[in-house]
Amino acid sequence: MSKEIIGTPQQWEQLEKELEVLKNEPGPVMKAMQAAQAIYGYLPIEVQSKIASTFGVSLEEVYGIATFYAQFNLKPKGKYTIGICLGTACYVKGSGLVIDKFKERLGIEAGETTADQKFTLDATRCIGCCGLAPVLTVNDEVYGNLTTDDVDKILAKYND
Amino acid sequence: MKEVTLKINDISVTVPEGTRILDAARQAGFNVPTLCYYKDLCNEGSCRICVVEVKGARSLVASCSAVVAEGMEVYTKTPKVINARKTTLELILSNHNRSCLSCVRSGNCELQKLSQEYGCDDVAYTGDKTAVVPELPNAYLVRDNSKCILCRRCVAMCEKVQSVGVIGANFRGFNTTIGCAFERPLGAVDCVACGQCINVCPVGALTEKDDTDIVVEALNNPEKTVIVGTAPSVRVALGEEFGNAIGTDTEGKMVTALRRIGFDKVFDVNMTADLTIMEEGTEFLSRLQDKNAALPMITSCSPGWIRFIEFNYPELLPHLSSCKSPQQMFGAVIKTYYAEKMHLDPKNIVVVSVMPCTAKKTEIFREDQNASGYPDIDVVLTTRELARLIKRYGIDYNSLANGEFDDPLGKSSTAGYLFGATGGVMEAALRTVYEKVVGEPAPSLDFKAVRGTKGIKSATVDLKGTKVKVGVAHSLSNARQILEDIKAGKCDYQFIEIMTCPGGCVNGGGQPIVSSEKINAGVDVKALRAGAIYKADKKSALRTSHENPVVKTLYAEYFGEPNSHKAHKILHTTYHKRDKM
Repeated sequence: MSKEIIGTPQQWEQLEKELEVLKNEPGPVMKAMQAAQAIYGYLPIEVQSKIASTFGVSLEEVYGIATFYAQFNLKPKGKYTIGICLGTACYVKGSGLVIDKFKERLGIEAGETTADQKFTLDATRCIGCCGLAPVLTVNDEVYGNLTTDDVDKILAKYND
Repeated sequence: MKEVTLKINDISVTVPEGTRILDAARQAGFNVPTLCYYKDLCNEGSCRICVVEVKGARSLVASCSAVVAEGMEVYTKTPKVINARKTTLELILSNHNRSCLSCVRSGNCELQKLSQEYGCDDVAYTGDKTAVVPELPNAYLVRDNSKCILCRRCVAMCEKVQSVGVIGANFRGFNTTIGCAFERPLGAVDCVACGQCINVCPVGALTEKDDTDIVVEALNNPEKTVIVGTAPSVRVALGEEFGNAIGTDTEGKMVTALRRIGFDKVFDVNMTADLTIMEEGTEFLSRLQDKNAALPMITSCSPGWIRFIEFNYPELLPHLSSCKSPQQMFGAVIKTYYAEKMHLDPKNIVVVSVMPCTAKKTEIFREDQNASGYPDIDVVLTTRELARLIKRYGIDYNSLANGEFDDPLGKSSTAGYLFGATGGVMEAALRTVYEKVVGEPAPSLDFKAVRGTKGIKSATVDLKGTKVKVGVAHSLSNARQILEDIKAGKCDYQFIEIMTCPGGCVNGGGQPIVSSEKINAGVDVKALRAGAIYKADKKSALRTSHENPVVKTLYAEYFGEPNSHKAHKILHTTYHKRDKM
């Protein structure tokens, strides 16, 4: 089992602390994976191995869960995750064009992260505010009634 | 136990409460087909082939998981049921690599059999197929997910029975594939190579790596002396590939077939099983007298088990006997003693072993398994591959006359033969150890407490006042239990036999595949094949390893005595920690 520490010592310490608490809970694996992702932003192999050995399940079982649920990431996410809704309403109102513009501007495909780890581009299902279609989120911010002209303006807001 | 009466296709049956509908149906004389259900192993209910109609139920019911109820009326062959099964089959086939012409499982594929029975000659659904990443090659097993039907029997075997757990379902929905963590190939994870996943696979998604061509090439090379040796359990299973009943001993025909294939010498690994007893028994007795030696001592014959302890319990490696496995001793003796005696250059000897095992294919590549300077064993064929070769060469197996192994390395005691069944190594060892210590044969050579298919067995033997407690475990989940006891200081055995596969080698990962239809109907393959071994032992005049005249000659002419310096050099090895993924 992989023994290396990943990330900062603080992150690893935090992970160990959270896993310790979960040891007494029923069905702890998924909760542990969520907690670990909150710390690291994704689930690297070292973290999955740690979870597996802590709860006495196989690494494959953890990996199987990680690939089953869309909520878990196997790769690090960028500082800002742009989630563009490609649900029916948004798509009809042109979100396909919007995501294409983002792809062009950022030079990545949906599901990928820019080399500078700043932006991750995700195509999402309906996020439940079709009245604002087409809609996207940047982390927890919501932007609605979009056109392709908004793309550069939105990116400029995160120019830090 | 409370009983329940129900009707299957209007036939009344009474079964114990909790019986699965498909078992009740069998009692009424109706087989319900299954692709994922496998008795005592897999109960996923995922394939939906076993659906039946239950009066009053909202929809069709999976008879592998639903249990009977009083007054239930079940129909297993209505048009609704048959159509549902056919549609399910067609959907499975639409995402299946239908290269059935040459598929190694053609003829004993459970999907093929059902497709034929249900008349699925035209696959109505076309479209995308699940993307399959070709598996990187390894020494023992081929995984082809384009044929996988996601039944998860292999996953249950790996996780529950073997407690190895390196395979599982990755991703979801249409993208689901059976694989290892982080999509690593099997050869790069802590797979023990036992091949039990192959034996439960209903289709051709999992097979042994076929090495028959390497053997054929050697046989056709006039510069090579090609010598073959067969493991104990091969002869009690090989006949099944030619239509014989499970548990038929076809040793004589097997020997003749090997000779007709063209091997220069047909020897027997039972012989080096006897040799293993001399070495391992002596090692055990000297450990028993040495206060600093690691006890319990654990057998080292089973290479899947060796991989398991090296991956998972490296701190317990000192408990392993330093003996090579009988297979490796076989090759080592041929390329040293026999080569010298016959004035052969070991360089020009090709030793082929026929094994019930896929892990044996990895064992030959271990370090320190080359006593002569050349690999002890050159090629390993499983029982299934030998059958394939016999068929390819047009040898009419069932009409063959019985042959006998060649001298000198074909002579064995039936103690060596016992190695094929769980408990066999221990029984063979006890026969010899008892006589060595006490000075006379054991009152009965039958140590029945270590026989049978119970997961963990034990016996206490009184060696002239010294009581020795021995343990026997088969399948790695049972082995794990014993190892945990050793770690916790709760194990009071002095000598332990561990076999990787459930039932021991007779049920190894390289043995003929028995359909789930038979398994689900209660056929006990392990007991039937082991029964053939015990039957031969009962009739035998030579039942102890130390009385094998060839063993005596080997020590007199070559090794001196068991555990001598020379024996250590040629017949022993070392084991080491392996990093887990």
